[in-house]
Amino acid sequence: MKELICIVCPNGCAMEVSTEGKNISVMGNKCPKGEKFAIDEKTNPVRTICSTVKTVFPSVPVLPVRVSAEIPKSRIFDVMGEIGKVLVVKPIGCGDVVISNVLGLGVDIIATSGILKTEGR
Amino acid sequence: MIHTDVIVIGGGPAGLAAAITAKRAGAQTLLIEREARLGGILKQCIHDGFGLVRFGEKLSGPEYAERFIHEFHEENIEALTLTFVTKIKKTDDGFVLSAVNRSGVAHLSAKALVLATGCRERTSKQVFIHGTRPSGVFTAGTAQHLINLLGQMPTKKCVILGSGDIGLIMARRITLEGGKVEGVYEAKPTPSGLTRNIYQCLHDYGIPLHLSKTVTKVFGADRLTAVEVCSVDKKMQPIEGTNEIIECDALILSVGLIPENELAESLGIQIDPRTKGPVCDEVLMTSADGVFSCGNALHVNDLVDYVSESGECAGKAAAGFARKERMELSLSVGENVQYLVPQRLNLNAEDLKTVLYFRSREVFGKCSFVMTVDGVEVFRKRYSVLRPPEMERVEYDFGPLGLTAESLVSFEIEEA
Repeated sequence: MKELICIVCPNGCAMEVSTEGKNISVMGNKCPKGEKFAIDEKTNPVRTICSTVKTVFPSVPVLPVRVSAEIPKSRIFDVMGEIGKVLVVKPIGCGDVVISNVLGLGVDIIATSGILKTEGR
Repeated sequence: MIHTDVIVIGGGPAGLAAAITAKRAGAQTLLIEREARLGGILKQCIHDGFGLVRFGEKLSGPEYAERFIHEFHEENIEALTLTFVTKIKKTDDGFVLSAVNRSGVAHLSAKALVLATGCRERTSKQVFIHGTRPSGVFTAGTAQHLINLLGQMPTKKCVILGSGDIGLIMARRITLEGGKVEGVYEAKPTPSGLTRNIYQCLHDYGIPLHLSKTVTKVFGADRLTAVEVCSVDKKMQPIEGTNEIIECDALILSVGLIPENELAESLGIQIDPRTKGPVCDEVLMTSADGVFSCGNALHVNDLVDYVSESGECAGKAAAGFARKERMELSLSVGENVQYLVPQRLNLNAEDLKTVLYFRSREVFGKCSFVMTVDGVEVFRKRYSVLRPPEMERVEYDFGPLGLTAESLVSFEIEEA
């Protein structure tokens, strides 16, 4: 039995996870998302990550980005490495893709601010 | 002089929501923001998790803010940015504000005001750390500003004092950017931040959380070179012989947020010592008629969704403000309740449907939030757990209770 805190929503349910062979049972979750999170944590833990990428615009030196969907927890620092290589040279908008299919994970890195559209100079 | 119905001071999530709602309710509205851009602190909160309650989505801070900024512009609301309000004067039919910006001093008048000035971080001056005065001691919000807006890493190896949410978020952010976080030290026996942040920001990255331990001394001439940490007893006093030196180049403070109410205080508005924000009624009007408060200026929130909600409440009420005599009834709280917002009801109001926000004083397992009127229980909500870092929200209609100014309305948390 292992205690786990659900990070899906602000409720932060404290869950108890027990494994018997291939069966994983979850207790303490208030919703089905908690159960999915707990099973993922046991089998294939995933996370979303948020960071920034450099730009050529002096008034906005960095632009916030995030992954378009969850990535394996074990690949966080690999993805951070790719994010660190980016230099934005065009005033892209919110939701625009900065890196498509990062490291073949089937996930894009997208901008999370439209600031360059108004302030990119 | 510019004349308008409602002036909103502050262009963060609370002020944006207040201005949009006031404008939609038919009031001529003006927003004043001291920074160059709208969005407030959300501009630098690039992590996700914002808007789950309101939009059912996990947005980053800038995404959440930009949704409101978009609506704000769609409503054609005027905003004065890079403008700082220096003085508010009460007049017979409203308020006159003095504000400074690059074109000089301006005077503006309004019938009603919404104070959405947010909160400030406690600094090292307020936590009494001994030692030299090297550079490298800053608040978590400053570190966040440097990394997320300016793209500058302020540390290679740091210690974080305080387990507030911004400190936890920054522990993860610094680690992702290649910095080393030696540990998070919390003087209290329980963490200040949300449990899920302890899990996803510290636990995920193997960053240790040291409870009942604090930083007692800093070392370094020009730049910080080390800090001394020490275990503390129940009274938060350092225990002799437990001190330990940790080499680092930065000490990051996440030791609490204080609502910013200098303008409110200048108007003689009553402040609640529990929330450190104005005492308000059910529509978030302060003790000064026509002055409303919302967001983190009212009380420090943990979710922006509720900041926006309080902005909407204050904005709507400010738009409909008409000077009428108030019949006020104070809501009292028991010792297990850290605070309750609003603190009062205006019994002359037509509608007493109220959103109540509260926090528990300590961690309680199975418990109930109970309301009594003259000693008789009228409402009970059960919780499996209540934690001080997690604000709770309850909707309640006081109308049917037939309260009078002599009624004793009291709230308490009862352990099951």
